[in-house]
Amino acid sequence: MSEALLTFEESLEKFDPAMGLEVHVELNTASKMFCGCPTEFGAEPNTQVCPTCLGLPGAMPVVNRVAVESAMRIGLALNCEIAQWCRFARKNYFYPDMPKNFQTSQYDEPIAFEGWTEVEVEGRTYRVEIERAHMEEDTGKSLHVGGATGRIHGADHSLVDYNRAGIPLIEIVTKPIMGAGEKAPVVARAYVSQLRDLIVALGVSDARMDQGSIRADVNLSLAPKGSGGLGTRTETKNVNSLRSIERAVRHEMQRHAAILDGGGSILQETRHWHEDTGVTTSGREKSDAEDYRYFPEPDLVPVAPSREWVEQLRSELPEPPQERRARLQSEWGFTDLEMRDTVGAGALLLVEQTIAAGSTPQAARKWWLSELARRANDTGVDIAELGVTPTDVAAVQKLVDAGDINDKLARQVFEGLYAGEGTPEEIVAARGLAIVSDDGALGTAVDNAIAANPDVAAKIRDGKVAAAGALIGAVMKEMRGQADAGRVRELILEKLT
Amino acid sequence: MVDLRETAAGMAAALAEGRVTSVQLTEAHLDRIAAVDGDVHAFLHVDRDGALAQAAASDERRAAGGAASTLDGVPIAVKDVMATRGLPTTCGSRILEGWVPPYDATVVERLRAAGLPILGKTNMDEFAMGSSTEHSAYGATHNPWDLDRIPGGSGGGSAAAVAAFEAPLAIGTDTGGSIRQPGAVTGTVGVKPTYGGVSRYGLVALANSLDQAGPVTRTVLDAALLHEIIGGHDPRDSTSIQQPVPSLVDAAREGATGDLRGVRIGVVRELGGEGYQDGVLARFRESVDVMVAAGAEVVEVSCPSFVHALAAYYLILPAEASSNLAKFDAMRYGLRVLPEGDPSPSAEEVMRATRDAGFGDEVKRRIILGTYALSSGYYDAYYGQAQKVRTLITRDFDAAFEHADVLVSPTAPTTAFRLGEKLDDPLAMYLNDLATIPANLAGVPGISVPNGLAGEDGLPSGLQVLAPALADDRVYRVGAAVEALLEKEWGGPLLDKAPSLEGASR
Repeated sequence: MSEALLTFEESLEKFDPAMGLEVHVELNTASKMFCGCPTEFGAEPNTQVCPTCLGLPGAMPVVNRVAVESAMRIGLALNCEIAQWCRFARKNYFYPDMPKNFQTSQYDEPIAFEGWTEVEVEGRTYRVEIERAHMEEDTGKSLHVGGATGRIHGADHSLVDYNRAGIPLIEIVTKPIMGAGEKAPVVARAYVSQLRDLIVALGVSDARMDQGSIRADVNLSLAPKGSGGLGTRTETKNVNSLRSIERAVRHEMQRHAAILDGGGSILQETRHWHEDTGVTTSGREKSDAEDYRYFPEPDLVPVAPSREWVEQLRSELPEPPQERRARLQSEWGFTDLEMRDTVGAGALLLVEQTIAAGSTPQAARKWWLSELARRANDTGVDIAELGVTPTDVAAVQKLVDAGDINDKLARQVFEGLYAGEGTPEEIVAARGLAIVSDDGALGTAVDNAIAANPDVAAKIRDGKVAAAGALIGAVMKEMRGQADAGRVRELILEKLT
Repeated sequence: MVDLRETAAGMAAALAEGRVTSVQLTEAHLDRIAAVDGDVHAFLHVDRDGALAQAAASDERRAAGGAASTLDGVPIAVKDVMATRGLPTTCGSRILEGWVPPYDATVVERLRAAGLPILGKTNMDEFAMGSSTEHSAYGATHNPWDLDRIPGGSGGGSAAAVAAFEAPLAIGTDTGGSIRQPGAVTGTVGVKPTYGGVSRYGLVALANSLDQAGPVTRTVLDAALLHEIIGGHDPRDSTSIQQPVPSLVDAAREGATGDLRGVRIGVVRELGGEGYQDGVLARFRESVDVMVAAGAEVVEVSCPSFVHALAAYYLILPAEASSNLAKFDAMRYGLRVLPEGDPSPSAEEVMRATRDAGFGDEVKRRIILGTYALSSGYYDAYYGQAQKVRTLITRDFDAAFEHADVLVSPTAPTTAFRLGEKLDDPLAMYLNDLATIPANLAGVPGISVPNGLAGEDGLPSGLQVLAPALADDRVYRVGAAVEALLEKEWGGPLLDKAPSLEGASR
């Protein structure tokens, strides 16, 4: 069942969008938020659990100091105030993947609050106000068995893995982002992309959207154009790639617009995002009726970071995003347009890391913005999660520079990397992609080409050197592309002139 | 030859002098349990094999020359609210029937490390909600002084076990008086330490901000010995106090000299009078006179906010409990009840059916109260206000302790009432904790020591002594002094006047 939509343009003619983004960042601490269990991803189900994270009767939480530090570092990097004193709170609701049937979170006393960051989209800067960043624990994971889609409906039973229960999360909540207009979907994407780069620079999370270590909830509302107000919002949960964030904002703008334009009103609710179809569907109704009965967690003492600690962390912060962009552009010698495209593709950090791995700026940009951006777009996988690392890209370029492969062969190396066939060097060897520089083999191919195309050979002998192209093509075909076209040309001319 | 009426300190001395072995001691208590617990029903689980194995290990350790602690080899009973590895832990509830914890509470871990054989787990009101132990899903415990009467609660099992000589020592927990009030009505000693003085890790929480585990014994010195073993910082409990425990045994020994010169005793005006049984008040006045005779200075202090303590308590406790008890949902452990007539129920339906069948009425009552008190729109009026009252009560204590070193009151307003008498009247039941609740709200330590029998019914009453937070040593000093002075008057321990239970039958 698909709902009526207005076109994106119609939506913008009649309404102004406002967005709010809630981003959950799973920290990469060695142990969980409130116990000593390891946090490694992908372990056997229910092997990284203890009485505390299983919520066994009597067990108690103890706050992970590193997680508090990571939360403060994120807060400081987003220009937030750091609380002098704050508490954890219990968020009470029943769900089988939540061991205690309450989530230990923070409510009205977040560790970090009142911050901002600036996002650049197509040369324009958008200021995103940060309302808060707070600490909480993750839930377990439910696996619904027997249903067609892995969803709870139609399943005959469910399994729960509590390995994830208690992993530290930082939830970063923006204030409503208004005034982005047609750029709203791109601004949302750029914000999360920049946030991810910041998280990587801080080193506090694996920052893998595909593994759920960064998850975004997208709030969206529309107000009549020019009214300056805020409409009723919907919250689209678990939008787990940058591309999906952009699409989800776009979709909700069009869906809201159709409802409002038809005289209807928006139901304040949670929406589910469907990656495959690019639409949202109604989840459980979320209204003020949902009452989490928050109260301060009595098993934990308040967190009161000393000002010395805060200042120490502030002094160790990585460079702010806007300064970093300016510095990198100047270091790399990129034009404004090149820089804008690099940032827009979410490839700034990737390009930087590729250069650090030995590539030239232009070569790094070329691969990420052509081959890899196209691949990301075709597959709907985020560019950072294609399975190709900056080190791989630098290695590919090194092979090209050494004359071992050409750009065309390089694309086949990337195919191998997508397929997880090993390092670029291993793929070149396994797939037999190296350029043949053995003049003997090449000479035979050239002789064959000359013999097969006597008319062309005659023209060249008559001085029409431009005709060599046809013979080069024939040789390259025989060599399956694994030859240096320049060397082939030389050999042809040597033999015929 | 084992003398079951010996104090724990006396048993420890006998062990040290080689007059008895831990196996003999433990076996004698197990035999006593077998003989009388059919009547008393203090225990929910008796771990005969486990206790004897621990006793044998203790004897070996001692023979090798190294006792693990002052109480190595002296057996103990543990309230069923403490997680015990390999031993069932039900909290007196059906919903935890059959649950065997995979871990030990810190208190239990310390008992094991100190070499005390664990006899078994004692009965309690379900999830420690109650003042009579009648709310146990496994049947009530009976008061050894009169088997038709309640042993107090929620820790009636621990108090009755000690009073009936089934165990020389027990562990209790006190959220609003659950150690002290059973102590008062069974003629035993109970101590609620300063909040954070004893680790709560592994104590199945009733109300986290109020709960505190402590000793249940027959003498003040025994309580001090046990307190020193279970107390002290625990990194697994964030609310546990970092400072070292003051020397409680020294304080108890000092008090036992009966000299209270220089000690200022504050009588709390609000904890007495209306609602208190005449015989209880008479024993209280006598106790004050005894302290004065021992050189103490008595002042009357007023704590005006105490009148709101019960109301605040019955908002804070249910609020915390409603959240704590949410985990009992049939998904991971404990009881699982499938709803009738539904071949493929949802998780929510299983949770509902299990919680409906697994929780008793008092637990449901408090879950509903607490859920309501925390609800949006009511939070400020109820939970928020209650927290303010809590602050006022703490200030009342602070002010009172400027004039007095300790505060005293009757522990409970009445002696043990008859089983069933207040079961249908929750408010009357709640009033039992009138005098004990303020200490939990403020986190201060308190002791209940037997101070005689009420004239009208010949049943024990208790004297409560409260001290400032961290000054637990004061309650031991004053408690031990009162104990020594009164026992001198009585010519022996109060429990000598209790009926012998051997062969008794209801």
